[in-house]
Amino acid sequence: MNHLSQQQHMRWMKVRLFTNQLSKVIFMLSAFFGLFVLAVLLYRVVSEGIGSINFSFLTGKLSTQPERAGIMGAILGTLWLMLVVAPVTMFVGVGTAIYLEMYAKKGRLVSFIQTNISNLAGVPSIVYGILGLTVFVRTLNLGNVVLAGGLTMSLLILPIVIVASQEAIRSIPFHLSEASYGLGATKWQTIQRVILPSALPGILTGAILSLSRAIGETAPLVVIGIPALLIPFPGSIMDRFTVLPMQIYYWTLDASLVAEYANLAAATIIVLLVTLFILNSTAIIIRNKFGKVE
Amino acid sequence: MITIKDKSNIREMIEQNQKSNLLRRKVERLIPIFLMLLASLSIITTIGIIWTLLSETVEFFKRVPLVDFYTGTVLKPLSQNPEFGVLPLLMGTVTSSLIAMIVAAPIGLMAAIYLSEYASPKVRKVVKPTLELLAGVPTIVYGFFAFTFVTPLLREFIPNLQATNILSPGIVMGIMIIPMIASLSEDAMSSVPRSMREGAYGLGATKLEVTRRVVIPAALSGIISSFVLGISRAIGETMIVTIASGSTKNFSFDITQSMQTMTAYIVEVTGGDAATGSTVYYSLYAVAMTLFVFTLLMNLLARFVSKKFREEY
Repeated sequence: MNHLSQQQHMRWMKVRLFTNQLSKVIFMLSAFFGLFVLAVLLYRVVSEGIGSINFSFLTGKLSTQPERAGIMGAILGTLWLMLVVAPVTMFVGVGTAIYLEMYAKKGRLVSFIQTNISNLAGVPSIVYGILGLTVFVRTLNLGNVVLAGGLTMSLLILPIVIVASQEAIRSIPFHLSEASYGLGATKWQTIQRVILPSALPGILTGAILSLSRAIGETAPLVVIGIPALLIPFPGSIMDRFTVLPMQIYYWTLDASLVAEYANLAAATIIVLLVTLFILNSTAIIIRNKFGKVE
Repeated sequence: MITIKDKSNIREMIEQNQKSNLLRRKVERLIPIFLMLLASLSIITTIGIIWTLLSETVEFFKRVPLVDFYTGTVLKPLSQNPEFGVLPLLMGTVTSSLIAMIVAAPIGLMAAIYLSEYASPKVRKVVKPTLELLAGVPTIVYGFFAFTFVTPLLREFIPNLQATNILSPGIVMGIMIIPMIASLSEDAMSSVPRSMREGAYGLGATKLEVTRRVVIPAALSGIISSFVLGISRAIGETMIVTIASGSTKNFSFDITQSMQTMTAYIVEVTGGDAATGSTVYYSLYAVAMTLFVFTLLMNLLARFVSKKFREEY
């Protein structure tokens, strides 16, 4: 029969406790690694780009000379793009969510649509670009204009808006709609006057977060063919346009030729990140302030 | 008081009410149909994607045999005697995704372990959303970061690293995927019941032993599916590799060289204004189809793993 030697046991115990402590430190470092990289990234971007940000950079036109280039066209292009994406995704996304949550009978069809939506969410954005290029730009012959880009982006973020709206609608307590039905309201009246108003904060949060995804997305627009040339400011949805990420893309590519373009790219990144930060903070404020439904 | 005089008024009221009820009933009947049309848009999108890719891919395979495409190691779409072999692109995609996973899988998993098992609720409440900020950074920004910072940094240690190479975007893609793996794995680990941990503690196990022998095996399906989703994300990532890995169609294992991925090829071809109807133009769709099938399979696999092998407690 083997007896445990106390000494051996003590030594083994020490090893176990030591690896336990060591692993804790390693796990913690991994968790903070991401934050460290984020800090480095922000520091790099700000230190490279902040010098180029001034009034004329923000309000100026694109130029072939780096020191005279401005990003007003890209800012306006981003705004125009959002003017297409926001209403389209809100309308279709919320409509789909209402149908799935309130009208459709749970069964094969709903689970098919649901699976389809989650599959669409996993499709790479560049594939949406090809869809947009083929259908909107070529087949419908829209050309590479705001409308074509906006519809492509809408398809890309639609799954996110649908899922967020569904969750918002699902979280509305049952007794609210029951009370409405009890007063003799019809289904649509209940949806219109009870469910949607209470679900609005959740829907808006999801919509804003998905819009910020669309603002930062580049790949589909590259495929659609946003020109690197100097184009006039867009004035309608049928105008050609450029957006902030596209400008970052072209300037980053140019940076290997002329070093100053790296500063312009960094400065544009600052503008883009500040925009996204404001949008995301708004979403969080809406969620915290109006999110609780009794 | 209603007098005889008002009778006609009442009749009017009833009629009006019936009319408006009729309208309301019509609206009630039309709304679901209208909403169903909106909901079917997501299915139309899927059909649109598949139809677009498929019809042009078929056209491509009429010109370039399917076997040549999937076994060819040379891709020269724009040369005098063009050759269309997709293997260089597959190599670039697989290599960059592998590098990304070598970075993201261990760090993401360990971060998840820290958040789920070690961190106090207070720390978790700060670290988790901040980590998710990392996931919200646009990929073009990561591309800039890879090209202007990570590559020059790596060149300090690896002198023969090219200015555009597959290593640097691979690493940066890994960093991009960390929050996704951390967050999904953490969800899986948090749902392991506390009683299982307590049982192991009662037997004298240390925290590390509990994590390794109890929590991770119990949450394995969720962890693996988060890895698979990470790979799928890396395969479909476009801007980071386009900017930082260049457009050399190299069929090699040398990660210090420029390699083109499937996504970067699509960008190159569409950016180059390939004439509609040319073989180069159709090759775009064949590559996109391959990419689409790859990521779809990965996503289905992730869902299969997390459903099939989930341990129910």
